[in-house]
Amino acid sequence: MRRVVNDIRNNTLEFLRTFGAFQLFFLRILRYSPAVLFGRFDLVVKQVYNTGALSLVIIMICGLFVGAVLALQAYANMSKFNAEDWTGVAAAFALVKELGPVMTALLFAGRAGTALTSEIGLMKATDQLSAMEMMAVNPVRRVLVPRFLGGVIAMPFLAAVFSAIGMFGAHLVGVELFQVDVGSFWQQIQLTVEMSDVNEGILKSVVFGVAASLIAVWEGYNTVPTAEGVGRATTRTVVITAIAILVFDFMITAALI
Amino acid sequence: MDDSSDNLIEIHDLKFSRGHRPIFDGLNLTIKKGEITALMGPSGTGKTTLLRLITRQLIPEHGVIYVDGTDISTLTLTELYELRQRFGMLFQNGALLTDLTVFENVAFPLREHTKLSNRLIRHIVLTKLHAVGLRGAADLLPAELSGGMARRVALARAMVMDPDILIYDEPFVGLDPISMGVIVRLVRRMNDALGITSIIVSHDVEEVATVADRSFLISEGKVAASGSPDELRTTNSDLVQQFMHGMADGPVAFHYEAPDYAEQLLGRDSE
Repeated sequence: MRRVVNDIRNNTLEFLRTFGAFQLFFLRILRYSPAVLFGRFDLVVKQVYNTGALSLVIIMICGLFVGAVLALQAYANMSKFNAEDWTGVAAAFALVKELGPVMTALLFAGRAGTALTSEIGLMKATDQLSAMEMMAVNPVRRVLVPRFLGGVIAMPFLAAVFSAIGMFGAHLVGVELFQVDVGSFWQQIQLTVEMSDVNEGILKSVVFGVAASLIAVWEGYNTVPTAEGVGRATTRTVVITAIAILVFDFMITAALI
Repeated sequence: MDDSSDNLIEIHDLKFSRGHRPIFDGLNLTIKKGEITALMGPSGTGKTTLLRLITRQLIPEHGVIYVDGTDISTLTLTELYELRQRFGMLFQNGALLTDLTVFENVAFPLREHTKLSNRLIRHIVLTKLHAVGLRGAADLLPAELSGGMARRVALARAMVMDPDILIYDEPFVGLDPISMGVIVRLVRRMNDALGITSIIVSHDVEEVATVADRSFLISEGKVAASGSPDELRTTNSDLVQQFMHGMADGPVAFHYEAPDYAEQLLGRDSE
């Protein structure tokens, strides 16, 4: 019994210590961000390409199918009430407010987050970060911050692409497959989806971008510098990011209702 | 300390441990300007740790380290980075940045710390690469280099800011005899031609003997012996003799600490 209490106490302390360190790490990243953004924008652009542009294919394919399946489900239910015209609206709301940002962030964690973690972890394992320290170059500033900013900038654009392609997928299913009238399909969307809905999606994808990028660089920077350590850190990036995104999604949605 | 103005690095009563295992326990050491100093010792004596302490990548638990008369524990981060610009360090595996070409690796410190024009940077980098014989490899990526070549590129990079102090971490490990000879000659030439102070961490007795002016043999957290390679060779101490002549057993035991052999085989200590 005593041992259980002690274990709980130790684990809680350890968790709080790590969480505190994580917050300090976030502040450190933020502190250097303006200087990197305005001083070394070339590094940021390279990372936007690495995390954003190279994730485009997976984002587009997934977006197309998510939009299509949303339209399938919506049509199947709406047609019971003779409300087929609303197929597009259901898909649009789901994409813009929820699935666009959330699915993009989850795919981002799998495609770009893991790449960031393993890259930084391997740089640590091969002494590249120590070498920078010895060359009087701050690795947080030179390596981590550009990667963090790259992810933050890329995420909202990826989410927008996801939603746009998703709407195209919904159009294919609703209009081309089920013969919903193309005019009413799109007009209903125009009439019901407000700018505030789009803003909610943008807000979410910015928050997810910060969370996913921060977790990825944190895990990479704190990797145990061995082959096994890099593997574990990469796995943790995906798991923690997925949890964080779904929790944040709930909190933001609840706050905005 | 007889003539302390010649001392570039002074270490007084250094103590440091990892977990519960003490690495250094009252180490004293002085490195003189313009010399090649070798830090030798059996693996696991913390030679690399000592380098990291000298450059304040690690912080000692006790004791003071002076670099050029300054106690490095008092430096702010900015001052520390200024000090580090006077150091060049060659890592064991080169530690080249894998996403940059050989040219960009050598140019890296210049691009980060100076506002030199591209023309001038090109000029400096090609000069340094020429000095290590790899001007032709400028456009290769680190993955395309052999171990010896990578180490020579790393050496070019370590020299590119014209440091006062060059640190070599195990520069001779895993090299074929030809590359080894090349590196040994480069170390000597850099030191004499550029007036640099060199620190070599190594356990290759033969190679060290050919380049070092002074060697320190570190064991059990202290300096066990010091002097020129010839002096060390004739030192009348079991440990020094074991190390210099590569004997398997002696003060440094061949066996890692273990329970009694017979007892363990008979399984008496199993729980």
